[in-house]
Amino acid sequence: MSAPGFPAALRPRLLGRTAVNTVAGIAVLYTLLPVLWLVLASAKNQDALSGSDILSLRGFSFVPNLRELFATDNGIFGRWYVNSLLYAVGGGAISALVSIACGYAFDKYRFRHKEKLFGLVLAAVMVPQTVLALPLYLMASAAGLVNTFWAVFIPVLFNPFGVYLGRIFSEGYVPGEVLEAARIDGASELTAYLRVALRMLGPGLVTVFLFQLTAIWNNFFLPMVMLSDQKLYPVSLGLYAWNSAATVSPEYYPIVIMGSLLAVLPLIVAFILLQRFWRSGLTAGAVK
Amino acid sequence: MTTTASPPAAFRAAAPPGVRTTTRRGEHVACGVLMAPFFALLVTVFLVPVGTAVWLSFFASDEPGLGFGPEHTIFVGLRSYAAVLTDPTFLGALGTVVLYCLIYLPLMVVVALALALLLDSGAARLRSWVQLGLFLPHAVPGIIAALIWLYLYTPGISPVVALLGKADLTVDFLGVHAVLPSIVNIALWSNLGYNMVIFYSALQAVPREVIEAAVVDGAGPVRTALRIKTPLVRSSVVMVALFTLIWSLQLFTEPMLLSQSTSMISSRFSPSMYIYDAAFTRNNYGLAAAASVILLACTIALSYGVTRWTNRAPRELSR
Repeated sequence: MSAPGFPAALRPRLLGRTAVNTVAGIAVLYTLLPVLWLVLASAKNQDALSGSDILSLRGFSFVPNLRELFATDNGIFGRWYVNSLLYAVGGGAISALVSIACGYAFDKYRFRHKEKLFGLVLAAVMVPQTVLALPLYLMASAAGLVNTFWAVFIPVLFNPFGVYLGRIFSEGYVPGEVLEAARIDGASELTAYLRVALRMLGPGLVTVFLFQLTAIWNNFFLPMVMLSDQKLYPVSLGLYAWNSAATVSPEYYPIVIMGSLLAVLPLIVAFILLQRFWRSGLTAGAVK
Repeated sequence: MTTTASPPAAFRAAAPPGVRTTTRRGEHVACGVLMAPFFALLVTVFLVPVGTAVWLSFFASDEPGLGFGPEHTIFVGLRSYAAVLTDPTFLGALGTVVLYCLIYLPLMVVVALALALLLDSGAARLRSWVQLGLFLPHAVPGIIAALIWLYLYTPGISPVVALLGKADLTVDFLGVHAVLPSIVNIALWSNLGYNMVIFYSALQAVPREVIEAAVVDGAGPVRTALRIKTPLVRSSVVMVALFTLIWSLQLFTEPMLLSQSTSMISSRFSPSMYIYDAAFTRNNYGLAAAASVILLACTIALSYGVTRWTNRAPRELSR
């Protein structure tokens, strides 16, 4: 660029830079402040909570709140937490393995009506959970599974979007030549998958696991339909029940807030630790 | 997609015929084994339930609620559909969700895309921290997000309401006019960063030469963003719009939680809440199934419409 053009070009850029950073800053405040409120409010006792002055240290009771949370209703919150972990970690892991295997098969093998079948998988992504809830409830009821662990655990294993991601990852990470080399070495198809391909699909597996972990941890409708025994509740449903109690007896507010904070922690930790995986998953879903 | 599959196939064709048939059979077995678990799930928790919903919608239990003698289920044809479609509470719920989508969908797409373009413009600082900050609410479960905002809407607990009160503003966030925007806000807060990261990743994949060419041609940063970059990330805009739409039609968690604290949200506020109420409060399975099938039909029609419409648009542009 010519020298006389410089100052004119620079000034709006400086202005623009300030504006861009201000807007980005406001957006980050919008997303972070409610979480910050949750952290601060979790340390307040009931009186300080309704006092509204969120920044003062008056009524600081982080530890008593925590103790109260795990003591209420004979420590049922710990139970809910373990349930959530079982549903989410166990379900997410099995679901990821199942989906990735299917996506890999869609990518590497040829068979009749393949694309039609894949279309069915994609269609399943669109079907609302609420549509399936009543029939699933009736089926579980006929099988005697209503109000059991399995009634919630089995449906969440189904993850059609994971199959879609699995196919994309298999295209990207597992070169056909490597499989061919394994075949020439005498490995059977399944051995080639387990020993060679699955290792290359590792990052994809983690991504699908993380997506499903989030989905199951968020799950609310299905447990609400299936479970009546409080001992089987996940955290989400338990806090929902406590919050409805709080509208009548406000002493539940501090423990609902503290429980919410604890319910948020595992996913935040997972997302920060596994940043590169969810980023690659989002990119794979978006660019294709 | 097919390009990666062809090299091994071509390679295999060169092998002797006898070897080829055994590997073919081995491949079919392996393919079946790898796919079987997923398709078992597809049948049991997807196809059979969808079929059951359709089947149930044509039947009703005789004399519901009386409970004398054995239950009879009788074929009622389209009567449940007629009952749902003439029920003002269902039509109201459908209207609520349409209004919700009309506010939420454009707001989400425009704000998320604008933020992604700002981050991509090169003027923003600390880009990965901004991304992480915006993405954080995605790690907050839907019910917890609704809880946090419920408390931020509740006078006496909320610092927001208190702050507005000091400025002599009284806003009833759970009042008759504000309750829908309040729900939109919860959804926007939860998903903004997630969609922004999708757009940002797509923008990063735009070839830099294209943008440099635009700058050389004298396009300013705003013009480059709107005229060059935005059309190039169209496919991800469509995908985000589609998923946001499907997700919005299922609206359930947020109004369900808020309904504990405000009388402005009835038990049949959205179609999903209507289905839940019909099935598990009123035990009217036929009605719930018919409402489910209608919701499913609306979802499929809208998704199909969005996909068709966006597939046609580029051809019209090129004319």
